[in-house]
Amino acid sequence: MSNIPTELRYVSSHEWVRLEDDGTAYVGISEHAQEAMGDLVYVELPEVGVVFAAGDESGVVESVKAASDIYAPVAGEVVAINERLEDEPELVNSDCYGDGWLYQIKVNDADEVDGLLSASDYAAEIEAE
Amino acid sequence: MGHQTPLYDVHVAAGGKIVDFGGWDMPIHYGSQLEEHHIVRRAAGMFDVSHMTVVDVRGAGATDYLLRLLANDVTRIPVGKALYSGMLNEAGGVIDDLIVYRREDDYRLVVNCGTREKDLAWMEKQSGGFAVDIQERPEMAMIAVQGPEARAAVAKVLDADMAAASADLNVFSFADVSDWMIARTGYTGEDGVEIMLPGEQAVALWQALVEAGVAPCGLGARDTLRLEAGMNLYGNDMDESVSPLEANMGWTLVFNERDFIGREALEKQREAGHSELVGLVMEEKGVLRAHQKVITDQGEGEITSGTFSPTLGYSVALARVPAGSSGTAQVEMRKKLNTVTLVRAPFVRNGVKVFKPV
Repeated sequence: MSNIPTELRYVSSHEWVRLEDDGTAYVGISEHAQEAMGDLVYVELPEVGVVFAAGDESGVVESVKAASDIYAPVAGEVVAINERLEDEPELVNSDCYGDGWLYQIKVNDADEVDGLLSASDYAAEIEAE
Repeated sequence: MGHQTPLYDVHVAAGGKIVDFGGWDMPIHYGSQLEEHHIVRRAAGMFDVSHMTVVDVRGAGATDYLLRLLANDVTRIPVGKALYSGMLNEAGGVIDDLIVYRREDDYRLVVNCGTREKDLAWMEKQSGGFAVDIQERPEMAMIAVQGPEARAAVAKVLDADMAAASADLNVFSFADVSDWMIARTGYTGEDGVEIMLPGEQAVALWQALVEAGVAPCGLGARDTLRLEAGMNLYGNDMDESVSPLEANMGWTLVFNERDFIGREALEKQREAGHSELVGLVMEEKGVLRAHQKVITDQGEGEITSGTFSPTLGYSVALARVPAGSSGTAQVEMRKKLNTVTLVRAPFVRNGVKVFKPV
């Protein structure tokens, strides 16, 4: 069973969200997703300033095996991207909930984050796959 | 649950991620496919390839039978040498690609696992009129030890007889010692050997090799290594609808006095012209993938195998394109067009970049 931190929220397309006190949120992909992808070789991130609706395509992670779209889990404006991933995409494999975060988004509505899947809901979804 | 090789429990214990591979439960990697790839290019790694099908062909008519069955000519090699060949249908399509080892009293063929049943059926069907006995050897395991340090590591773990027999093997040569066969062949573009041995002895050899510093590698790295080496994968780069001429296997065809299956069709195709399999290189971001459309100066083609090349740090692919294509081409990737360069594979040999533009 893969690691699913309880303090995060999740979406079915395997992104996680961590809401900060300042109303921004970090977005990444789950351990389950990075394991299924295998070694990542490229990460394509959005530009800072781009505004997403929930569910918009917001980037691509590409492994030796496959390419997979990343979807914005909540609506908001991108305020930072993880520039280290340009040269070190493997951070997503080695530390998907930490140094392997993808981008930071200023969320329109913090309640939207609360409405996403809890760790146990997400675990149940993976189980059912 | 699929078929399991004698090494299955060892793979699981070593943390191998097990996937279905043509009906077999095989390790795709043991943690990182990229690290396993690099270790084969730089030191020594090993692959369990016991899922592959070993078939012995013996009898007074064995040579004549193989002269008819295979598009390459088994009499071109002496005893103790191996040969790569296609086995074709009447239309010249590739039923399978294989290695044939010419032994003192018989021939040994190693064919793909995914094509086992149709291969054996075809071989049986074509044997009419020849004094041959065709016997599958499912009890044999096979371990490929590959990389610049592979042969030195193997020499350390073999007993004296086997070490002596294998020490001076030339490329594509092999030694038979009792019921083991040690061949200087492989599917990675590196030096190394493939060892066939009775299945019940496989675990001991594997563990001895681990102690000698050889890293277990999964089938994921095997695929990126073979693609960098410009070697075809059956089912991706060719199949029954594709002839060797269209799969960069022209060098395996011997049009001499003998009448091998598929010859007539190939001769017609050679006259009429045919598409060809070339290499593609893309240095910008992104990974070329099988089935993407390729647009060359001569028309449309398709990628048959594509990957990120861990050695080069960018993407490479094999693609079937119209005859005479050269220069650059466009590949349709994820809704946009990217420019690639056409090259002659292999991309990497013995750890270094070797490709040339077409």
